[in-house]
Amino acid sequence: MKLVIAMLMDGVIYASWLFIIAAGLTLIYGVMRILNMAHGSFYAIGAYAGASLVGFYLAGGYPPWGAYLVLLGAAIFSGALVGILIERGLLRFMYGRDEVVMILVTYAILLILEDVIKLVWGVDAYFAYQPYTLLGRTKLAGLSFANYDIALIFVSASICFLLWWGLNRTRQGKLLQAVIHDRDTASFLGINVTRMFTVTFVIGAVLGAFAGALTAPGISVMPGIGVEVIILAFAVVVIGGLGSVGGALVGALIVGLARSASVHLYPDAELFVIYGVMALVLAFCPQGLFAIATARKI
Amino acid sequence: MRYATTLVVIGAVALLAAGLVMPGWLTFLLTLALAKGLVVLGLLLLMRAGLVSFGQGLYYCLGAYTVGIAGSYFETQNALYLMLLAVVVCVALAALIGLLLCRYRDIFFAMFSMAFSMILYGILVKSSSFGSSDGFNVKPPLLFGWTPGGETSPLMAYGLAVVAVTAVGIFAWHYLRSAMGYAGEAVRENEIRVEYLGVSVRELIYKKYLLAAGMAGLGGAITALSAGHIDPEMAYWTTSGEFVFIALMGGTGHVAGPVLGSVLFELIRTYAFQISPYTWQMILGMALLAIILYLPKGIWSLVDRVTKRATA
Amino acid sequence: MFTSFAKKSTLAGLLVITAVAQPVLAADDYKLGLVTFLSGGAAGPFGVPAQNAAKLVLETLNSGKFHAPYNTKGINGRTITPVFVDEAGGATKQASEYRNLVERQGVDAVIGYISSGDCLSVPAVAEEMKTLTVLFDCGTPRVFEENKFKYVFRTGPTATMDNVAASRYINAEFGDLAAVSGINQNYSFGQESWADFSDSLNQIKPDVTVSTRQFPKIYAGQYGAEISALMVNSAQVIHSSFWGGDMEAFILQGSARGLFDEQTAVLTTGESAMYRLSDQIPEGTVIGARGPFGIYAPDSALNNWFREAYTSRFGTAPTYPAYKMVQGILGLKLATENAAAKVKGHPSTDDVVAAFEFLEYEGPGGKVSMSLGNGHQATMEMVYGRYALKDGKPGVTNVRRYASACVTPPEGVSSTDWIAQGMPGARCD
Repeated sequence: MKLVIAMLMDGVIYASWLFIIAAGLTLIYGVMRILNMAHGSFYAIGAYAGASLVGFYLAGGYPPWGAYLVLLGAAIFSGALVGILIERGLLRFMYGRDEVVMILVTYAILLILEDVIKLVWGVDAYFAYQPYTLLGRTKLAGLSFANYDIALIFVSASICFLLWWGLNRTRQGKLLQAVIHDRDTASFLGINVTRMFTVTFVIGAVLGAFAGALTAPGISVMPGIGVEVIILAFAVVVIGGLGSVGGALVGALIVGLARSASVHLYPDAELFVIYGVMALVLAFCPQGLFAIATARKI
Repeated sequence: MRYATTLVVIGAVALLAAGLVMPGWLTFLLTLALAKGLVVLGLLLLMRAGLVSFGQGLYYCLGAYTVGIAGSYFETQNALYLMLLAVVVCVALAALIGLLLCRYRDIFFAMFSMAFSMILYGILVKSSSFGSSDGFNVKPPLLFGWTPGGETSPLMAYGLAVVAVTAVGIFAWHYLRSAMGYAGEAVRENEIRVEYLGVSVRELIYKKYLLAAGMAGLGGAITALSAGHIDPEMAYWTTSGEFVFIALMGGTGHVAGPVLGSVLFELIRTYAFQISPYTWQMILGMALLAIILYLPKGIWSLVDRVTKRATA
Repeated sequence: MFTSFAKKSTLAGLLVITAVAQPVLAADDYKLGLVTFLSGGAAGPFGVPAQNAAKLVLETLNSGKFHAPYNTKGINGRTITPVFVDEAGGATKQASEYRNLVERQGVDAVIGYISSGDCLSVPAVAEEMKTLTVLFDCGTPRVFEENKFKYVFRTGPTATMDNVAASRYINAEFGDLAAVSGINQNYSFGQESWADFSDSLNQIKPDVTVSTRQFPKIYAGQYGAEISALMVNSAQVIHSSFWGGDMEAFILQGSARGLFDEQTAVLTTGESAMYRLSDQIPEGTVIGARGPFGIYAPDSALNNWFREAYTSRFGTAPTYPAYKMVQGILGLKLATENAAAKVKGHPSTDDVVAAFEFLEYEGPGGKVSMSLGNGHQATMEMVYGRYALKDGKPGVTNVRRYASACVTPPEGVSSTDWIAQGMPGARCD
């Protein structure tokens, strides 16, 4: 019983974390058909911005509860700034290029941002653990869990709901859906696709930065953290079906639960489990679980 | 056509001769670059058909480990046999994986091939008898009983690399001009029409995949023989990404593109390391962006452009 | 058509040749290649502190104002010019960069390498190039146990020493020890650390059981599931060779969940986090520094100077990679100058090698003896202690020191065999 609860909780917490990272990635892919490797940099920038600003904030002696707002603000500000700079300053000159070329473009951006981060923040680790420990912990079947991690589940669920609501229940969202399904027709119908692209990219970047800022309190923020999450996020998005937000949710849950099962039952397999799951899913659903239908060109 | 081949062979001989007077670091760098060029050449065959593999590291690494393991456990040090064995092992694995992979397209082909290479990475990191993530040292190779000692050892690897690249390059050049090669291009443009013409797209892609795997295995084998050390990093996704990076840098328009791109990539990287050890990644990223922006068809298009102007 | 191909090829060749045109260098300076991680996850905890220490020490050496007996200018009177290189890119890339350092940059010697993979691939090239190379940080004992090198030296202790000392320490500290668990990174260093620790503990105290052993991916950062597994299968002691950000994340996440309330962590590299996370590391945590470094360094004039100078310049106290770097530089300097004194002039590389073998000298971490691997591998004493806050300042209690003869296999015996045979010949006081 204890084992089952531990496995479920760990899996769901890990899945929530994965989903927040993957959501921005899948959204950008869905609309723009760019598999954005620089998403890892957005994550890192969010983490750095969050950790360093929380550090400043707490050093100033302000009430510790405000640190959560600082994290949120840091993520929105840094994500939006970097997102606009990259989309307006670079990506828009490259639209229409091959998907693989776009992956490489974003890979180049990742390399550049990796060093920009080093130039801005240096290589020393940043910590902002106060928000992580402030919430205390909960005992569940004899096991303690950090309340911050449990809160992460709700944050993740809210992001999922907001994205669903935004895409399905708002005018702008429906226009965006039209772009996702058929960019050319949407453009003929008078939708300003270029603006949609900018908006989507910025939302995606903010989501990436938000994932980083949320993770920052529990880790040591240092160079290289961005690169580590990209492949995880890719795996989640591919399993779920590229471009589908619901798919990313299911993908995150599958990966999270599979990983936690492996840690508890067979730790030696932890290194493969994500790729194993990805290979397995792709073997049966060649386009992931919730693929967006595309017309075949004849 | 025969005239053309002769020219290439003369070029290769010149390159071999240059090896005798080049500084050692350049010989080594060129050997590694040519070995990678072989892998990218295989990737080029796939890319011509519109398929990008983010998992060529699988065969690159497998080829290298085949050489390392066979060299230390089966007492075969003959470089030629080892290289041949590496190719055979890689093609055999590709024959299996390819059955599954040739149904996939686009990003799914890329990610699925990456998953396989990451699984190999995981297995190797878990194998403490092969040194886990530290890898192990490969015994110095022989060539039919001839043991090149000390200074001449890098030269032998260089020679092997030049010969291999020349041979594979000529083969690839002819292949791309064969009916199969043109059919590959057609697949990229419109698969369904190719099927209507009576060509089996799956069979075509399957064959290309086997060829690419063999070339990657050969590249890995040469890397192992020249570097003298192998580790699982060769199967990590960043290595596979590097191959795609090089392919786009060199351009996919000509078989010389990958080789040129790979040499240029190694040179940029090593000088970036030297000039700016703290921010070399930025230099590499900017170089790639510049090439994508201004030379959409890779470095080879620059060569193309200049020669066209010269003849005009 | 192929004539155009020939033209293109020539042009391509020219492009390459122009790119390769090299900078010319000539000076009487002592060019020293310094290879440490400057990017990626190992830069912050290891690469940059080591680089900082090198900058500080080289400047002081060049001014001739270093602490005696190192108070001659530079190395053998020659000003030292450092050439920094990033260790990133993997073992093959580093073998290639090593050639560049020697042949293109013309360095006199190389000090570097944090990753064990690089320490296994680079020495073969060093032997080929006949260039003096000092490995300063990497831990794998395989370097000198599987090979014999002439031009390669390692001035830091091996990872085996860390973990044998750790098992001796917990055996002494926990009289009623019944169960241990482990969490180590899934790569060579983590796997070998756990094997050395659990095997040596098994020899010292055969009835101790292993509750669980976790191997998360390196740089994973999220250890929620592993922490739950450690809680479900609880033990008295949790062994971890985590380093850098991974260790810090593990401490933060484990403390927040109360993992260390009932169980004590043994952090073999814990010293490097004790200042940064002073209020997060639980009291009583067993902390190592991979040798007598940092807080375990002796109270000597050299150490006090280094500690103070480093802290005032870089804002934090030096951690063990910084100490090990200084140790490497000082060993090289001393060997070169001893050789110079012997040949009364400019020593050849072979002269320096002869002087370096079996050298004994004082570094900021105390005595270094190049006594293993035919005089190429350093041994040092090993120290462990338990973390304690004294008046709000991080410190250690229950410090135990182990002479190198107690935690190191004798010459010619591999670490794995030595542990498997029950560590024969170990001399512990």
